[in-house]
Amino acid sequence: MTALILSPAGFSAIIAAFTVGALGALLLGRHERAAGLWGNLWAAGGSLLGLLYSATALITGDVPAFGVATSFPLLSLSFRIDALSAFFLLVISLVALVSAVYALGYVRHYYGRYPLGSLGLFTNAFIAGMILVVTAHHALWFLIVWELMSLTSYFLVIYERREPENIQAGSLYFIMTHIGTAFIILAFLLMYGATGSFDFGAIGRGMAAASPLLRDGVFLFALIGFGAKAGIIPFHIWLPGAHPAAPSHVSALMSGVMIKTGIYMLVRVCTDFLPGPPPLWWGLTILGSGAVSSLLGVLYALSEHDLKRLLAYHSIENIGIILMGFGSALVFLSAGFTALALLGMIAALFHTLNHATFKALLFFGAGAVISQTHTRNIEEYGGLIRSMPQTALFFLAGSLAISALPPFNGFFSEWMTFQALFAGVGTFSLVTKAVFLLGVGSLAFTGGLAAACFVKAFGVTFLARPRSPEAGRATEAPLSLRLAMAALALATLLLGVIAGGVSRAVGAIVQALPAFQGGALQPASYTLLRVDTGFAAVSLPALTAVLVGVAAAVAGAVHLLTRGRRVTLGRTWDCGADLTGRMEITATAFSRSIVTVFRGVLKPTGQTEIDYHDARLRYFPKSGLVRLEFRDIWAQFFYQPLQKMTLGIAGQIKKIQVGNINVYIGYILVTLTFLLIMLAARP
Amino acid sequence: MKTTLVWTIQFLLIPALSPLAVGVTRKLKALLQNRQGASPFQPYRDLAKLLRKDEVISRDASWVFRVTPYLLFTLTVAAGASIPLVSTALGNPATGDFLVVVYLLALGTFFLALAGIDTGGAFGGFGSSREMLVAALAEGGLILALLTLALLGRTTDLFALAGGIASLPVTDLAPVILAFVGFFVALLAETGRYPFDNPATHLELTMIHEAMILEYSGKRLALIEWSSANKYLLFTALGANLFFPWGLAGSLALGEIALALTVFLGKALVLCAAVALLESTIAKFRIFRLPDLLFTSFILSIIAIGLIG
Repeated sequence: MTALILSPAGFSAIIAAFTVGALGALLLGRHERAAGLWGNLWAAGGSLLGLLYSATALITGDVPAFGVATSFPLLSLSFRIDALSAFFLLVISLVALVSAVYALGYVRHYYGRYPLGSLGLFTNAFIAGMILVVTAHHALWFLIVWELMSLTSYFLVIYERREPENIQAGSLYFIMTHIGTAFIILAFLLMYGATGSFDFGAIGRGMAAASPLLRDGVFLFALIGFGAKAGIIPFHIWLPGAHPAAPSHVSALMSGVMIKTGIYMLVRVCTDFLPGPPPLWWGLTILGSGAVSSLLGVLYALSEHDLKRLLAYHSIENIGIILMGFGSALVFLSAGFTALALLGMIAALFHTLNHATFKALLFFGAGAVISQTHTRNIEEYGGLIRSMPQTALFFLAGSLAISALPPFNGFFSEWMTFQALFAGVGTFSLVTKAVFLLGVGSLAFTGGLAAACFVKAFGVTFLARPRSPEAGRATEAPLSLRLAMAALALATLLLGVIAGGVSRAVGAIVQALPAFQGGALQPASYTLLRVDTGFAAVSLPALTAVLVGVAAAVAGAVHLLTRGRRVTLGRTWDCGADLTGRMEITATAFSRSIVTVFRGVLKPTGQTEIDYHDARLRYFPKSGLVRLEFRDIWAQFFYQPLQKMTLGIAGQIKKIQVGNINVYIGYILVTLTFLLIMLAARP
Repeated sequence: MKTTLVWTIQFLLIPALSPLAVGVTRKLKALLQNRQGASPFQPYRDLAKLLRKDEVISRDASWVFRVTPYLLFTLTVAAGASIPLVSTALGNPATGDFLVVVYLLALGTFFLALAGIDTGGAFGGFGSSREMLVAALAEGGLILALLTLALLGRTTDLFALAGGIASLPVTDLAPVILAFVGFFVALLAETGRYPFDNPATHLELTMIHEAMILEYSGKRLALIEWSSANKYLLFTALGANLFFPWGLAGSLALGEIALALTVFLGKALVLCAAVALLESTIAKFRIFRLPDLLFTSFILSIIAIGLIG
C-alpha cells in the first residue's frame, strides 16, 4: 500500500488532480457555480492526496526519487522527496486543503464580477507549482516550476483587475520576483560552472570541494534570490502589496506557504548544495537579517489599518523568526555544536508549520470579514463579534497564536527559538554573542509588539460598536468558511498542546538532513518539550491542565460566593454623552503611541496644515489638515536610487542606437572581427 | 505529603497574601506622607464588599468582557504557582520556565486590553493602547533581566535558578545587581506603579490600568483588583526570591519551610517598602518619557549579560 502511494504514479496522481481541476475550471468558465465547485473540489482532492503522500513518506522514512528524461539534453524532470521535501509538501497540502474548502464558499462573492474559470485555473496551477518546487531535484526543472509558481501567483494577485492598485501591486511583485529569479539563476550557474551538473545530488557532491569564495558567492546570490521570495527586509517591498490584493484564500496560500518555499530552498542551499560546516558569517547574516525583519515587520504591521496588509507585514515578522532559528542553527553547525544546531532547526521548521496554520486562519478570518463589510479598512469595522461570533472566536485563536501566547502553537515554536538564541548567548563571545543578543532582544520586543498589534486588530474589528453601516449589517460567514477556520483554529490549539510530540517528529525530519546527522536528540516525551542539555523544559498538557483546573475552581468559588447577586445591563459611561461609533478608539489612535515611540524608524508624518481664527494667538483653530502617513524608507533610500541608477545606465547605453543602418553594419563588423581575433588567439 | 503541602502553599500563598501586600504598601505610603492611612487589611474588606454587590455590565460588552476577570485571576494564580516561593527543592519542569511565566502574564494583559476596548467607551480604548505600549516595551527588559540570571544559573527553570543564584560566589553578583535594577523597572511598569501609572487615581490623564477597568463592577471588579494584587505580589516574589534567593528552603522539611516563609515575608516587605518610598518621592512621568525608562532597563540587562563574559 505504502509502495503504491509513494510510487511515481502516486505522485503523478497529485499533479493530475490539480491539472484536471485547472483545465476543467477553465472549460466550465461560463457556468460560474460549476467552475468554482470543480476547481476547488479537485484542489481539495489533490491536496488530500498530497497530505497522504507526504505523511506516508514521513512515517515510512522512504525517500522516493524518480525522473523523466526529456529530449532537451540538459533538462530532466527529476523528483526526490526526502524528509525536508515531505515536510514542506505536508505544510503546503494542509493549507491548500483548508483553503480549497474555504474557497467553496468564498468564491461566491465573485459571481458576476470576475471570471471563476480563470480563478480555478490559476489557483490549481499555483498549488501544483508549489508542490513541484519542493519536490524538484534538478536545477533547470526547478527554475521552470519556480516560474510556474511565480507567474500563476502573479495572475492571482491581479485577479481583481478592476482595482488599479492591484495592478500596481502585481507589477511590483512581478518585477521583484524576477529580480529574485535572476539571482537564483546566477547561483545555479555558478554551481553548474563548478560541478558541471544541474542535478541537485551531483551539485551537492561537487560543491563540497569548491573554493570558499565560490561557495560564499552562491550563498549570497541564493540569500538575495530566495530572500526576495521569502520577504526578508529589504527585499520585502512587494509583499505588503501583493498578498492583500489576491483573493483571501490565495492570500492565505501566499502568506502561509508560498513564502516558505524561499525558506525551503535556503535550507537546501546551505545544507545540501553547500555541504560541510558553513562559515560563521552565513549564520550570523541570516540571524541578523531575521532579527531585523521580525522587529521591523511587526512595527510596520502596527502602523497599518488595512487588515490584510497588516497580516502581510506579520508574515515578514514571522519569516524573521523562522530565519532566527535557521540562522542560529547554521552558527552552531559552523562551531560544531550539532545538538544545538538541531534545536535551532527544529524551532525554524516548527515555526514554519505554525505560521502556516495561524496565518492562513487569520487571512481566512479577514476574508470572512471583508466579504461581509466590503472593505479592507479596519476603521470601518467594529462590533462584529455579535454578528459573526464564530468568525470572531476563530480569529481570536489565530491572534493568540501569532502573539505567541500559551497554550497556542505560536508560543512553543517561539519558545524553542528563544532557547536556541539563549544557548547562543551562553556559548559564544564577542560579535557572535552580540548578534545572538540582538536576536533575543528583537524576539522579546516582537512578541510584545505583536500582542499589541493583535489587540488592535481584534479589538477594533470585532469589539465595541459598529463604526460603519456595513459593519452593522454584517451576518455570520457561510458554512464552508467557518468549517475551514474551525479546522485551523483547532490545529493552532492542538499543535500547541502536543508541542512536545510535534517537536519530536520535526526533530526526526531535521536529523534526516545530512548536515544534522549525529546531533543527539534526547527522547523528549510527548508531554514535555525540553532542551537537550536540561537547560529548559516546558509541558503543555500540564500547563493546560493547571489553567483549566484553576479556572474551574475560581469560577466555582465565585459562583458560590455571589449567588443571588443581580447582573443588570447598562450603558457604557461616557460623561453623559450619547455614545456613537465615532467615540471608540480607532486603529490609528490605538497604535499612535507606539508609532510615536518608534518614530525614528517609522517616519510618520504629522499635522501638516492648520488655520487659526486668531492667527496671532493661535488658540482657536479654524481648520486643520492631518495626513497620517508613513514614509517608506526602503523605497526612498534603497529602491528609488537603484531605479534612478538603472535608468541612467540604460540612458547611456541607449546612445549606441542611432537608427542608421550603416552604423549597425559597422557594429556587426566590429563584433565579427573581435570574435575572429578571439578565436585566433586561442591556443 | 510534604510535596502536597508545599504545592498547596504555592497555589494559595499569592492570592491569600496579595491584598495584604497592596494594603501594606498603601499603609507605608501613608505613613511616609504623614497620613494615618487605612489598615493594611483594608483591601480584604474592599474585596468582600465588591463580592457582595450587584453588577452592571455594559450593553456593548461581549463575552470577552465577561470572561476576562476569571481568566486574569486564573493566570495570575497559575503563574504564581510556577515560581519559587518557599523552597527550591520543588522541581517543576512543567511550568517553571521563566518564559512561560512571562507569557502567561502577557496573555492576561492581552485579554485585559481587549476588555478595555470591548465596552466601546472612549477611556477604555486609550487605556488599552497605553497598557499595550508599556507592556510591549517592558517585556524586553523583563526577559533579558531573567535571561541574565538564567545564564548565570545555567537553567531557565525558576526553581533550579533560585538555587543556582544562591550558590554563586559573592564576586559574581555584579550582573545580578544590574539585572535587578532592570527587573525593578519592569516590575513598576508591569504592576502599574509610579512612575508608569498611578494606582490610586481614576483621574483620566494619569491612568492606564484604571481606564481599562472603568466599566467593571461587583464580583468582576473584585476579581480584577485581586488579580492586579496577585501580579504585584508575584513580581515582588520574583524579585525577592530570584535576585536575592538567600533564605529559600533547600529541602521540603517543615521547619525549613516555615523559616523560608518568614524570610520571604520579610523580603517582600522590604520590596513593598521600596515601592512605597519611590511612590512618595517621585512624580509620575509623562507617557512618552516612559519608553526611555524601559529602554534603559533593557540596556542595563544587556550590560549585565555582557559582564558575565
